[in-house]
Amino acid sequence: MDAQAAQLQHDDATRPVLEAQDIARVLTRIAHEIVERAKGADDVVLLGIPTRGVFLARRLAAKLEEITGNKIPVGSLDITMYRDDLRMKPARAIGRTEIPGDDIDGRLVVLVDDVLFSGRTIRAALDALGDLGRPRAVQLAVLVDRGHRELPIRADYVGKNLPTSLRETVKVQLQEEDGRDAVLLGQGLDQAGARR
Amino acid sequence: MKRHLISAADLTRDDAVLILDTAEEMARVADRPIKKLPTLRGRTICNLFFEDSTRTRISFEAAEKRLSADVINFAAKGSSVSKGESLKDTAQTLEAMGVDAVVIRHSASGAPYRLATSGWIDAPVINAGDGTHQHPTQALLDAFTMRRRLVGRDAGLGKGLDGRRITLVGDVLHSRVARSNVDLLHTLGAEVTLVAPPTLVPVGVETWPCEVSYSLDEVLPKSDAVMMLRVQRERMNAAFFPTEREYSRRYGLDSARMAKMPEHALVMHPGPMVRGMEITAEVADSDRCTVVEQVANGVSVRMAVLYLLLGGSEPAVTTPAAARTEENK
Repeated sequence: MDAQAAQLQHDDATRPVLEAQDIARVLTRIAHEIVERAKGADDVVLLGIPTRGVFLARRLAAKLEEITGNKIPVGSLDITMYRDDLRMKPARAIGRTEIPGDDIDGRLVVLVDDVLFSGRTIRAALDALGDLGRPRAVQLAVLVDRGHRELPIRADYVGKNLPTSLRETVKVQLQEEDGRDAVLLGQGLDQAGARR
Repeated sequence: MKRHLISAADLTRDDAVLILDTAEEMARVADRPIKKLPTLRGRTICNLFFEDSTRTRISFEAAEKRLSADVINFAAKGSSVSKGESLKDTAQTLEAMGVDAVVIRHSASGAPYRLATSGWIDAPVINAGDGTHQHPTQALLDAFTMRRRLVGRDAGLGKGLDGRRITLVGDVLHSRVARSNVDLLHTLGAEVTLVAPPTLVPVGVETWPCEVSYSLDEVLPKSDAVMMLRVQRERMNAAFFPTEREYSRRYGLDSARMAKMPEHALVMHPGPMVRGMEITAEVADSDRCTVVEQVANGVSVRMAVLYLLLGGSEPAVTTPAAARTEENK
């Protein structure tokens, strides 16, 4: 019995890969990289992908503001209606899409998400952006890149590259939603369950 | 909720709030330069209209097209129905054509229920008004309009209409709008009062979750919203009131009566309005009257219903909690 319980515990065990201070440091680095690549971030618009991408986008905007002294517009881009797996699962509750300012035409849009996995979420986000306007360029910032891409998509800014197996789960926790900041690597969920 | 939308009474509070919240997001699509989503691409929806209704049909059609569904419009007039084809045969024809959902309007109460439960067709059935029975999407769009105006666009998310006092005035007997609204508004926590001439109050109204009054002037000062119903002459087979003039004097809404309503109260009408009878032109054109807004909201609410019934492999409204968890994965 004890051995079984220990085994169960081992299966459920999650190991923190990034702690609160790591996440803060990683976001600061990404903010600097954005300023460097965009040469000042004057026309940058940050769009977070709900749920946790939105919180990350807000934090990045605050850091960009510290660095550049300018106010950086932040919004959210819900991609539920653009998913390619709508017919395979029950309909999902729709999140919030908010485009800051007038529009995104001619701006540099930086999409922000917590975990980059198959790339399908980002493909859906690119489709959604196409319906909203015509940005000058679109870049992608993610906190964790866990690999296993199913589409030719690559992030421009990566907080941490985390090579995983498909059996592993990556869970991002953020203060705003979960009460603490952490990236947890877990074992044991099946492939379908772990898929975003 | 089942996989069909036949009656507003089928909706639980969670279902109803999920539909209204989803509609709020759908409404944002209407503000965009490209008012289209790829969500229902490749799905075929048939609008099966056995009874004329331009307003409801084009509202459904707009909603379906904004979600990229393929739309088949079927009007009974001039179709094989006028040659004597039965509802069953029509349904089986649609089934054979691989229709993914049917929106049905029928003059017989219960026709959508029959279509959904008889096994003639596998697709979800959405009731777009049946006889004097139900018109659930109308009730949803009315509730959506009230929540937006009385609670607020963003503040209303996740909420119902708790404690709001809603008055429905007029031809309750023939009104599917009244029946659907009483069911849904009660589910959402509102207090509903029906005001009608005694001849236009249905038998068995005491079992409905609402109050009945015969005096409009007494109810007006404590109403947050007043919905005027159309006097349905086409369904009237007897003299239910002496003259139009008398009806208008006792149950019509004019500016003097509107002045008795609280400052924030809305005037609603499901349309089409008979100006001068149920409502004066002055009231109909005032800022408080939400008729045009109701039409716009109708498209958003119908998009939400179509998305939730057709957007996944099974209806989301059966498991809203599970759907939400799924999103966070």
